[in-house]
Amino acid sequence: MLYFIEQFLNGIQLGMLLFLLAAGLTLIFGIMDLVNLAHGSLYMLGAYFAASFAAWTDSFVLGAILAIAATLVVGMALEVIAIRRLYGRNHLDHVLGTFGLLLFFDELVRLIWGPAGMTLSLPNEMLSAVQILPGLFYPAYRLVIIAVTLAVALLLYVLVMRTRLGMLIRAGASNREMVGALGVNIKLLYTLVFGLGAALAGFAGLMQAPILTVQIGMGENILIPAFVVVVIGGIGSIRGAFVAALLVGVIDTIGRAFLPDLLHDYLSESAAATLAPALSSMLIYLLMALVLVVRPEGLFPAAGK
Amino acid sequence: MSDRRKHWRDSRLSPRVVVNAALLVVLALVPVYAALTGDSFAMTLFARVLIMAIAALSLNLIMGFGGMVSFGHAAYLGIGGYAVGILAKEGIGSGFVQWPVAVAASALYALVVGALSLRTRGVYFIMITLAFAQMVYYVASGLDRYGGDDGLTIYHRSQFGDFGLNNATLFYYLCFGLLLASIYLVWRIVNSRFGLVIRGARLNERRMRAIGFPTFRYKLVCFVIAGAMCGLAGALLANHTNFISPAMMHWTRSGDLIVMAVLGGMHAMFGPLIGAMTFLLLEQGLSHVTGYPDLILGPLLLIVAIYVNGGIDGLMGGARRG
Repeated sequence: MLYFIEQFLNGIQLGMLLFLLAAGLTLIFGIMDLVNLAHGSLYMLGAYFAASFAAWTDSFVLGAILAIAATLVVGMALEVIAIRRLYGRNHLDHVLGTFGLLLFFDELVRLIWGPAGMTLSLPNEMLSAVQILPGLFYPAYRLVIIAVTLAVALLLYVLVMRTRLGMLIRAGASNREMVGALGVNIKLLYTLVFGLGAALAGFAGLMQAPILTVQIGMGENILIPAFVVVVIGGIGSIRGAFVAALLVGVIDTIGRAFLPDLLHDYLSESAAATLAPALSSMLIYLLMALVLVVRPEGLFPAAGK
Repeated sequence: MSDRRKHWRDSRLSPRVVVNAALLVVLALVPVYAALTGDSFAMTLFARVLIMAIAALSLNLIMGFGGMVSFGHAAYLGIGGYAVGILAKEGIGSGFVQWPVAVAASALYALVVGALSLRTRGVYFIMITLAFAQMVYYVASGLDRYGGDDGLTIYHRSQFGDFGLNNATLFYYLCFGLLLASIYLVWRIVNSRFGLVIRGARLNERRMRAIGFPTFRYKLVCFVIAGAMCGLAGALLANHTNFISPAMMHWTRSGDLIVMAVLGGMHAMFGPLIGAMTFLLLEQGLSHVTGYPDLILGPLLLIVAIYVNGGIDGLMGGARRG
């Protein structure tokens, strides 16, 4: 039971990270109607920036803040230089263009930081484990991830639903021309949204960095699960992304933890050993296929699209 | 458009015809060049171009002409390749068994994926085809007997009776012949009544249904044909590299195929070949020169996406509408 709770918390933690990525992805998808394959690159950049800045300032927190600022700037610059010109084009042009960006960023990182990975070490107080239940110790840092991303999710909700900027973002999503005609600088708005998405992706990258190694290609591996979250949640829906992210995170983690034992009960040793890792990796894709068959627009279809 | 240019476009010797014909002549002469200079690498590289061109061509059949943007096309390369690899490992070296199995397995997979995915539209179709390809990727990673994540070396290429594929020149011309046959097949399909329905469904599916065509069935058949064709490319690829691994199905490989098809020009018969050749040669050439090929290749793709309508084929003027 304790093992289950531990794995469940791991699942929540993975889900929260996926949410950070999916939130930006779904905003960009829903508002600018842009398929952004380079979103994972911003996640990678966030991790690399954090590793470098933390080493430079000798502080994890300071490095993290600088890294978020840096990905925000990179994201906004990227929007102004390139992404902006892809709005209103068909999805294939998006795939071609942002796939090019993905290749570019991987290579750029290899040029700047070299092909070997980096590590981002945590401050000592976050390295310890906390006793959250009698007999259950849980890494403090993973709790920090859950708490901080929850706070970010809440902030994002307030920003989009309760502020004037959020109102403009939502209005821009439903009718770009009308909002522009009312005198809103829609170009600037889009740049801000893209920058926000980039910063969220960078934030996810740097939060994940101490758990995994910082390496080239980390963005490609997380991008597809993030897309799965966006599609399950319903494109453009932040609420949907939140629910779907938790769902995907928990199902993936629990599947990996318990499926091998479960299969052992029904199958031979070798069959289970072959099937379990493949099946547990497939679970989230099965979930997505299932959701799309039952609800083709995702769990929470964005209204008015 | 001036009369002169119109005439130019309509004449049989338009730039497009000249370029395409020149391309085929060059491809046909690669083994001669390799024999004269002893540069066997050129033939290896261009055999890869031919194989990837078949794969991109099959993708273009559904994507360019049918409007079905499959983001999981590398799965067929993998299925075709694994069919050859697994049978070879189990001691069945005959290409007369391996290749039909590769094609049939790919077609069957395409039938299942198509039947489920073709109910969705637009981005959801892109994502669901991607999801299925990811599943195949993980299945291959789990096949411990066949190398798992590390992949499997194929020690003997497919054997066709007394004919082996170990002769590089023979293998090259086999790929070349199959590419020509594939181009001809796609051309015949696209210009048939069946192809008209597919193209009509891309432009306005509701209207096609309204005049009585069961578009779902037509699209599904087209999807299966493309899958089978790409499975054949997978069988070729496994024979070419003597190696299979899940990496050949990674989602970025599906991205490569889309890039090749779009880069060459989606509504053109020779577009995928031009795209595959440009992409692979650029990658090879740039890594030779800089060591950081994607630093140039990436922005180049972005520029094509932003500024070039209809890919490289579109640059040759008078972009045709599929």
